[in-house]
Amino acid sequence: MGKIIKVAGPLVVAELPGGKNGDMVEVGELKLIGEIIELKGNQASIQVYEETSGLKVGDEITSTNTPLSVELGPGLLSAIYDGIQRPLDLIMKESGNFIKRGVKVSKLDRKKKWHFVPVAKAGENVIQGDILGTVQETSLVSHKIMAPKGIQGTVDKIEEGDFTIDHPIAIVSGNKVTMVQKRPIRQRNLLDKKEAVTSQLITGQRIIDTLFPIARGGTAAVPGPFGAGKTVIQHQLAKWSNADIIIFVGCGERGNEMTDVLLEFPKLKDPKTGKPLMERTVLIANTSNMPIAAREASVNTGATIAEYFRDMGYHVALMADSTSRWAEALREMSGRLEEMPGEEGYPAYLASRLAAFYERAGYGECHGKDQRKGSLTIIGSVSPPGGDLSEPVVQNTLRVVKVFWGLDYKLAHARHFPAINWIMSYSLYVENLSPFLINEVADDFVKLREETLALLSKEDALDEIVRLVGLEALSEQEQLVLLVSKSVREDFLYQSAFDPIDQYSTLKKQYYILKLIISIFHNGKKILAQGLPLEEIKKITFYEELGKVRFVPENEMEEYYKTAKSKIDEEVKSLLGAVSQNV
Amino acid sequence: MYEIKEISGPLVLVGGCSGVGFDELVLIELKNQEKRNGRVLEVHNDLALVQVFEGTQGLDTKSLKITFRGKGLELGVSPDLLGRIFSGLGKPIDNAPEIIPEKKADINGATINPYARNYPNDFIQTGISTIDGLITLTRGQKLPIFSASGLPHSRIAAQIARQAHVKNKSDSFAVVFGAMGITFEEADFFITNFKKTGAIENTTMFINLASDPAIERIATPRVALTCAEYLAFDLNMHVLVILTDMTNYCESLREVSAARFEVPGRRGYPGYLYTDLATIYERAGRLKDKEGSITLIPVLTMPGDDKTHPIPDLTGYITEGQIILDRSLERKGIYPPIDPLPSLSRLRDKAIGIGKTREDHPSVANQLFAAYAKGREVRELVVVIGEGALSETDKKYMEFAEQFEMRFIEQGEEENRSIVDTLNLGWELLSILPRTELKRIKDEIFQKYAKKS
Repeated sequence: MGKIIKVAGPLVVAELPGGKNGDMVEVGELKLIGEIIELKGNQASIQVYEETSGLKVGDEITSTNTPLSVELGPGLLSAIYDGIQRPLDLIMKESGNFIKRGVKVSKLDRKKKWHFVPVAKAGENVIQGDILGTVQETSLVSHKIMAPKGIQGTVDKIEEGDFTIDHPIAIVSGNKVTMVQKRPIRQRNLLDKKEAVTSQLITGQRIIDTLFPIARGGTAAVPGPFGAGKTVIQHQLAKWSNADIIIFVGCGERGNEMTDVLLEFPKLKDPKTGKPLMERTVLIANTSNMPIAAREASVNTGATIAEYFRDMGYHVALMADSTSRWAEALREMSGRLEEMPGEEGYPAYLASRLAAFYERAGYGECHGKDQRKGSLTIIGSVSPPGGDLSEPVVQNTLRVVKVFWGLDYKLAHARHFPAINWIMSYSLYVENLSPFLINEVADDFVKLREETLALLSKEDALDEIVRLVGLEALSEQEQLVLLVSKSVREDFLYQSAFDPIDQYSTLKKQYYILKLIISIFHNGKKILAQGLPLEEIKKITFYEELGKVRFVPENEMEEYYKTAKSKIDEEVKSLLGAVSQNV
Repeated sequence: MYEIKEISGPLVLVGGCSGVGFDELVLIELKNQEKRNGRVLEVHNDLALVQVFEGTQGLDTKSLKITFRGKGLELGVSPDLLGRIFSGLGKPIDNAPEIIPEKKADINGATINPYARNYPNDFIQTGISTIDGLITLTRGQKLPIFSASGLPHSRIAAQIARQAHVKNKSDSFAVVFGAMGITFEEADFFITNFKKTGAIENTTMFINLASDPAIERIATPRVALTCAEYLAFDLNMHVLVILTDMTNYCESLREVSAARFEVPGRRGYPGYLYTDLATIYERAGRLKDKEGSITLIPVLTMPGDDKTHPIPDLTGYITEGQIILDRSLERKGIYPPIDPLPSLSRLRDKAIGIGKTREDHPSVANQLFAAYAKGREVRELVVVIGEGALSETDKKYMEFAEQFEMRFIEQGEEENRSIVDTLNLGWELLSILPRTELKRIKDEIFQKYAKKS
């Protein structure tokens, strides 16, 4: 038990003998939730996760003697939580449209009964992470109940039936095991063995999948100025990527964006199973006007939940929008603690905190005897002030992530979406993923990708020249590059997030579209080589059609490609044939 | 007995306190009976740091009578708020009596639970083509105007307030106007404008002029929004809130921060500027179980026309888009000088199209954007290589950009265009370009709506 001696915004200092760093405390009459972040003698500095208005010197503080933790078990999926895992729907029931302080709600539904089906048998020996049984939590996801940390030995008893999460489902060497476990949010839960990534997180977004792919278990950053479409990209990834579980952390962003997700996701169907996407999603919403300390916690809360599902052997993707707001929360608390500031007022430990967060991603073997594999992919958006990519949060993020999707306000102004700049972006996973792509799509897919990138970078260089001396100064070969790369940009890279067909392309479709565009390039070169003018290329019947390819439905794509391809080849053949006859 | 330890800038350090709560309201009485309001910024042992809204000019360390009120700053609300003019702290300044409050509401409000929100997707017709067609405003949206000194943001804001309405609906509509540190002329422009059109009946104004205490401005937007929340969520009205000028608000915030020796963020503004602005802007919105809504149009002037200055920058990260005014358009004599390219409404796509405006709206808007962007690019090119070197298509783009500015962006201050007129005008302009260039428009839409030339 302690007493407050100072209140400054979200920071409270209290005389609290026996407090441990990282422990959760209850502050004041309303029992606001806080966490000890610094100790000096008997004085504890506490960040409070709720508004501190009205707290007085002398108010009581009680330590719970446990670190800030999340509760993990059936009931997580399709939930919407605040930054410290309080369900927002229950808060609304308790306190109405506006969030009142000191609301106490249960993190998981304690009354609901889940049907537990044992996997482990009585008499079997289990270790930490072994799957004891499963609960079909939603029609999309089977929730695996794992032996929690510290539990191992012989299964004395295990039974099938409908239980609440607090009801013991098994007894392992004398210890009762329930379906719920607690994990502190600031502790990483490592994989048993991390491995190199081998499979791609397919997102259906052409510029991402084809040009700058991300691996399952990888990390990516999306920096960009406001209005460049960071959040739309994050939403598209949450909707369409082929992860088993999606954790979406809205960290210090707009309230209406979370509402959008909440209203839209239940309507969206999983492309493979036709089940609502919400059934594989956990939302964490700590909007910009909610307390800043909880914003700092929200990212870690998300990561801990993500790791839990990864431990079951699932492919999990975590989207954090935006990590800059999280960094700002660190900065504010650091300032209130009167720490020595680093760059732009951010604390000196910004880099290590960011690195530690992204390092929670990975692919490999989970705990448990069955050597199942899971992955956690982390995609963070960054909101640099003034779009300046040299600022500390972007720079420290780029040092740890392997994929960089740089958003460009110029593209956004021209309404080219996704506004990912193809010159400055990169992916370091291409080599790892090449076998996968060749296997899944086509032998020449990786080559096609390289050719496209080369074409685009050539265009960039030529643009410089055009700007100085005009289009006329270019050779016909160079004009061909401009012609085709324009088509790459407008007919392939441009993708509408709102058109029902265009918003998602399979890898196959991406391959076919690109193949058609590049075939124009190859044929164009042949035509020019024969001494024909550039205008002839524009006369190819299909050239006019290019803009429509992206609207061809998935199941008709292969047929479409074959017909178009043979038509182009035929026309070019007869064109070239005509020339050689004349000669 | 309280003891004044220190008076510096807008702050007063009070000693000998006990039981003083963080963020509570403080009443300060001077010897001459003058009363001032303050707010507790920090409590530490027996010390309380108080920010004085009316400034510390004339305060001394000996004779002040200090009362801690045990609660935050409140606004008394009642339907009588409409048609009235108040100071930045909510005191009547229109020579009419104080209102008799129905209830008192804390000006800091409370956070809307994201789960309780309803998505803003009702199209608001402002009668301004650039906004309706391209940067669509919706009910419950927060859409700022990024202006700069000398640009007609006040006229645009007043035009929106006058003309804004929702199609086929006769809901009760109100305007709440919060002025922070603007000049008397500007304030007078709005008052006269609202009076002339009769809109004053449904308007509540909170006015802090440039000559009023600077620290009072920190409370003004909150007071205005508290009034708006009452009108929207208690009286089920659709409320349009105009806050001008947010730059002055941020300056005051910086003043307090500097007086506290806080570690500054960019350009001396406090590190928590983003969070502080969010607690204002995020009060806009709609709720699932309430009729009313709060649509927020903050106006700010960009220092040095710089969009990357912390105030517009952080605002843009919170609001759902921005309307950016452009000096070069203004110089060409175009009103309203809204540059559509950097402007944006994030909520547009869910508020337009079939059943909302017209099915061709999304395609037309996207195509207009793309074509105007291209036209501007060509225009830049011409500066370097001359018009002669342009291809035929590029020349058409040039002409398009020209026409687009003169006919689509340009319109009268009293001109109220319907969305159908705006879209038809868009098609007329697009007909300048060949069909092959209109890649954002699908065939069926083109055939149905395109102007045959």
